[in-house]
Amino acid sequence: MMEVTINHKNVKKENVKKENVQDAPAAFKVNNLNLWYGQDHALKDIKFDIPEKQVTAIIGPSGCGKSTFIKTLNRMVEMVPIVRMSGEIIYRDRNIFDSKYSVEELRTQVGMVFQKPNPFPKSIYENIAYGPKIHGIKNKKVLDEVVEKSLRGAAIWDEVKDRLHENAFGLSGGQQQRICIARCLAIEPDVILMDEPTSALDPISTLKVEELVQELKKEYSIVIVTHNMQQAARISDRTAFFLNGEVVEYTDTSTLFSNPSDKRTEDYITGRFG
Amino acid sequence: MDGNRNNSSSIRQMIKDNKSKRSRSALTEKTMPKLFLACAIISILTTVGIVFTLLAETFTFFERVSIVEFVTNKHWFPFTGEEHADYGIIALVAGTLTVTAIAMAVAIPVGLAAAIYLSEYASAKTRKIIKPILEVLAGVPTIVYGFFALTFVTPLLKEFIPTLKIFNALSPGIVVGIMIIPMIASLSEDAMNAVPNSMREGALALGATKFEVAIKVVLPAALSGVIASFVLGISRAIGETMIVTIAGGSRPTSDINVTESIQTMTAYIVQVSQGDAGFGTTIYYSIYAVGMTLFLFTLIMNLLAQFISRRFREEY
Repeated sequence: MMEVTINHKNVKKENVKKENVQDAPAAFKVNNLNLWYGQDHALKDIKFDIPEKQVTAIIGPSGCGKSTFIKTLNRMVEMVPIVRMSGEIIYRDRNIFDSKYSVEELRTQVGMVFQKPNPFPKSIYENIAYGPKIHGIKNKKVLDEVVEKSLRGAAIWDEVKDRLHENAFGLSGGQQQRICIARCLAIEPDVILMDEPTSALDPISTLKVEELVQELKKEYSIVIVTHNMQQAARISDRTAFFLNGEVVEYTDTSTLFSNPSDKRTEDYITGRFG
Repeated sequence: MDGNRNNSSSIRQMIKDNKSKRSRSALTEKTMPKLFLACAIISILTTVGIVFTLLAETFTFFERVSIVEFVTNKHWFPFTGEEHADYGIIALVAGTLTVTAIAMAVAIPVGLAAAIYLSEYASAKTRKIIKPILEVLAGVPTIVYGFFALTFVTPLLKEFIPTLKIFNALSPGIVVGIMIIPMIASLSEDAMNAVPNSMREGALALGATKFEVAIKVVLPAALSGVIASFVLGISRAIGETMIVTIAGGSRPTSDINVTESIQTMTAYIVQVSQGDAGFGTTIYYSIYAVGMTLFLFTLIMNLLAQFISRRFREEY
């Protein structure tokens, strides 16, 4: 009960600056998206617009399809061999399932940060330079600049600037996750998808990543999946509540947490289930 | 509930009853470890015995032929009478290394490509079919490979290289390579399979293609295991006997020409062991010196493989 009250206060404070949420142009328009894992109907008729340069949070209990949904946006979900999909996802006026639209091109524009930090077993520098390098950038000076800019962008430059050529595995979990965010920034994406980016981190690292997300939304459109409702309330502009593969409610974060229109949303955010 | 309790109490009773019968098993518990230890000791003693014999007989050989001549003379002609005999290991080492180099030139690219296919591209179903086939290939007796080299590969190569001798270095080299492919493919595939999927996802999410993921992420991460498989392959090629004996000929030479007949260290030992030399002759002792050299080569390779896989193990 305590937690929920705190949420409401937080949310109300920020109400003012969320007025223009509805008017923001959409980065993604999802229409009638259905997805099956074999026989299991994991996403049902999803209709979903993702505004640009805002933070869109997706909450819901385990197995509700929130991770599956975010992974359809950069087509990572197709790594599961038994997956089937129907419907359309329009990213900047192009259907991402269009055969002329290569997944590599899509993923260059729509970056992703994963639940568990997954740096490559290379130096910090090589981790960040990896993306630009595979996309043909070879100039050492350009790469040096990209590495510094990305590490600064992920608020980790000061911590690692003296050890750029050490293995990224020597860093703490929280630092590794920010390295992964920097790696994602290095190819200057348009949208960043975050799949429970703080679930493997301690509270202080979590706070740093949350602050970072607030910074990043000035330049990037961010979609964040979280099972932490306080986190959604703290950092997002809009929140969607997923349940059993359906979008139950999708509205301003402040409205969703203070005045949910659906009984199931209310039950979930007040902790009656989930 | 009642039934449950009855059940559990009867199990408890049965265990109790059995426990009393198990007193004799205490004897088994005590003696079995000793038996196992004895077996372990036997294998160690055998190895020590072999190395000791090898050393002792090698020592006798070096009482007759100087070690300097052994490592510097370029000629190996043991059968020309005691006074004129040449014992220069270089000629046999050259034969061995030629065959090994040809074998690795075949086995490394093919084996590695097969491993990349199996680990990164093949579906679980395909892998399930292909891997056992590879392992069967690894179980084919080397004598069969030897015949394959002599009666199939050599005539086939002769179509393209008319000057090719019936016994030559090229044909057994290629076939030794074919023999090693499954080993390199299988071990490298294990190493690449052990690379966590999250790393592939990380690279794919940056817009990398599957090929870029395989070459620039998975392969470097699995490098220790992959290199270890190469080194073990080299070790296997150096020690390979049957194929080179059958198809390589028996002409020790340090002038490398792959179309000509050669002799490897292993093939020489076979030749002498078949009874060309009497007990106590220098020739007889020479096979121990050659065996010792061979042993050192493979030992160094195996240690190198161990070192490499240990050195790079903690990468991820």
